[in-house]
Amino acid sequence: MEKITVEAKIENLQQVTDFATEKLEARDCPIKAAMQLELVIEEIFVNIASYAYESATGDATFCIDFAEDPNAVSLTFIDGGKPYNPLEKPDPDITLDMNERDIGGLGIFLVKKNVDEISYERTNDKNILHMKKFF
Amino acid sequence: MEIKKELNGTALTVQVIGRLDAGSAPELTKFLNAELDGITDLTFDFAELQYIASAGLRVLLVAQKRMNKQGSMKLIHVSETVMEVLDMTGFAGLMTIE
Repeated sequence: MEKITVEAKIENLQQVTDFATEKLEARDCPIKAAMQLELVIEEIFVNIASYAYESATGDATFCIDFAEDPNAVSLTFIDGGKPYNPLEKPDPDITLDMNERDIGGLGIFLVKKNVDEISYERTNDKNILHMKKFF
Repeated sequence: MEIKKELNGTALTVQVIGRLDAGSAPELTKFLNAELDGITDLTFDFAELQYIASAGLRVLLVAQKRMNKQGSMKLIHVSETVMEVLDMTGFAGLMTIE
């Protein structure tokens, strides 16, 4: 498993996605899956950067690990912010018309659509979000 | 991300080039806030838009709601990758895409 820890600020998103992209390319992850994973990483990281620490700042750790046969990648995000389980957020109703559509909840919805497994735990005052995607 | 604009009377075409993500979305919001007064036809040309995240979708939704009041809005030259995100979120059904 390889990991990177950065201060949870939107300016550091690129550092995390670059780190992930490099590992995914080294494993010959197909481009389509790699782009979906980039979207997943952005949505989770931006959530942490925007909400986890409220007005204070703190760290976000991203871990990436690979499995073979079948090929899969495991992603884990860890932050020390306030308890937050994104999986409890209801999915947006994507059948509503324009004027009823709300601008919230889209990020985590996109995450769920682009991974095969996702789970949340709160351990030692940390939010830990695990995701797995087969490719 | 790079933004190019072409204004013809009250018709504005906005070319968004590169990545519309959480880092660049505020810049597009700022641009639209400054440019949309009096516009009746807004076209987003996404020929060179490679990536869109939820922060970008929110900008499009806000623009669409505004244009519903003052005219119309459409997206043109949407790539397959961007289209997938629009489909997944139901945005494809809410917007005019040519």
